[in-house]
Amino acid sequence: MIELRQIHKTFNAGRENEFHALTGIDLQLPAECVTALRGPSGSGKTTLLSIIGCLARPTSGRVRLLERDISGLPERFLTEVRRRTFGFVFQQFNLISGLSASENVMLPAYPLGGDRQALQARAEQLLAGLRLAHRRTTRVELLSGGEQQRVAIARALINEPPVIIADEPTANLDTALAMEFMAIIEELAGTGRTVLLSSHDPLLVESSLVKRVVDMRDGRIVHPAVPAGAGR
Amino acid sequence: MNVWIEKQKYLIDFTLASLARRKAKNLGLLLVYSLIVFLLASVMLFTHALRQAANELLAGAPEIVLQRMVAGRHDLIPPGYLERIARLRGVLEKQGRLWGYYYDPVVKANYTFMVADDRLLAPGTLVVGAGLARTRGVAPGNLISFRAYSGKLFTFSIADILPAKSELVSADLVLLGEADFRAFFDIPPGHYTDITLRVANPLEVRNIASKLAQQFPDSRPILREEILRTYDSIFSWREGIVLALATLALLAFAILAWEKASGLSADERREIGILKAIGWDTGDVLRMKFWEGAMLSLSAFLLGYLAAYLHVFHFSASLLAPVLKGWAVLYPRFELSPVIDGLQVTTLFFFTVFPYAAATLVPIWRAAISDPDAVMRG
Repeated sequence: MIELRQIHKTFNAGRENEFHALTGIDLQLPAECVTALRGPSGSGKTTLLSIIGCLARPTSGRVRLLERDISGLPERFLTEVRRRTFGFVFQQFNLISGLSASENVMLPAYPLGGDRQALQARAEQLLAGLRLAHRRTTRVELLSGGEQQRVAIARALINEPPVIIADEPTANLDTALAMEFMAIIEELAGTGRTVLLSSHDPLLVESSLVKRVVDMRDGRIVHPAVPAGAGR
Repeated sequence: MNVWIEKQKYLIDFTLASLARRKAKNLGLLLVYSLIVFLLASVMLFTHALRQAANELLAGAPEIVLQRMVAGRHDLIPPGYLERIARLRGVLEKQGRLWGYYYDPVVKANYTFMVADDRLLAPGTLVVGAGLARTRGVAPGNLISFRAYSGKLFTFSIADILPAKSELVSADLVLLGEADFRAFFDIPPGHYTDITLRVANPLEVRNIASKLAQQFPDSRPILREEILRTYDSIFSWREGIVLALATLALLAFAILAWEKASGLSADERREIGILKAIGWDTGDVLRMKFWEGAMLSLSAFLLGYLAAYLHVFHFSASLLAPVLKGWAVLYPRFELSPVIDGLQVTTLFFFTVFPYAAATLVPIWRAAISDPDAVMRG
């Protein structure tokens, strides 16, 4: 589904503080599979997720999505690809304070200009599915960490994207909430979605939920993707 | 089309929520912005209405006034001039006028004494302007005394007060009978301060003025349009001074707006990054910020303009009147007719709303075109 060829990402190119975040990444991510990027901090996991999710462009190399090269697309088209293809769950959740849970969930759909009632119903349905129906009108800054993450997941799903990207999703959660997150992801994977995670949390990466693990270090893939359980 | 409208509605919804989230900051900005608009609009509305009022009041004035000059100074017109003017073709009506200035040491104000040509005043009576009546605290039936330049004391009975409607030009006016005037200023019979002329064909005013200049080389004809132009330039000059001061305030506001916009807070930058990451494109972010700026600046514009309208036309421009009316002691009090000029509104709009929109949108555009990647990093 997603194919990366010789991806390089350099920050501050040509300056004293030039930094090579990714060096020659070659990777194929099959559809309908839960893949985890594993590696220590600074190994390039987040940068790679950003490039896959069209949040950043590679310095060089090719990104192909469903056999289509999207590396050179202009910003407008790249946004469209991002909007239709990916749902993001960020490490810090990145919800917008001051807005209610359901308003946050609906945000990605605003630029599509769909029917308001249908959108509201869909947001409420997603929140209800994540056991947040009673919190839909609560401002997000008043929610607990686990509730905030579930709002973030609902937001990632509002445009029904085929791919979910989650960066260090359990980093800010205790074990019980992390297990809850994994259960939700398992359910999403069961609906045929492709899930891409980055984490160095063994609870997540070594769980039966993850079908492939890609190990990274110093901006490189250290060895080819291994099937789930192999890292245990 | 429906999708586009629905999208704009979503963006406006989000914008309203966004404005509410930074309530204190936006209210502060709205207040400063409204004050600037209020100040500029008050000056513009007031001077425009003054010009209009002056035009209306002077519409009935004679087309030409002839004054005699001696050594470059205004002097009395001797007998014989009126008869000679009557022989000029095109002159419909001519009349000798008697008027003069009087300094009243009691209130340290200058009055304009004038012989009433449209009303008959009994000897020993006079009619005064509303400003003078207020300053001296007199009413019809009261007595008022003035010491003439000859040193002799004259006492008059006040027959009437001039209507407030004409106060713009009559605040300091004293109307009296011809005999009283001549006695008070010691002017011999047959002499006049100046001569007013009405012309049969208004298009001939300039021709007749040049004939007068030829026939009376010691005199100068003054046209009504010149008086109107003088009023106009006086109001423009005063308006210019106030507007120049207001421009400083406007400049300070532009700096504030720029500061606000260019110094996007970490929260605002993060928010833009989040919106882009979850699928908003640069255009969506700019449209949302456009609506935010538009709501703020339009609200401030409407509030400021409405407040200025009420200030000028319902509260007699009490904050600006001392600067813009310009009488030393006798401030005229009068109701201005509400006048709104489309060009003026447009000018004000472009000088207030446009700079704000530009000052806020440019830095936001710069923030919005960057990659949303930073959001991933928290």
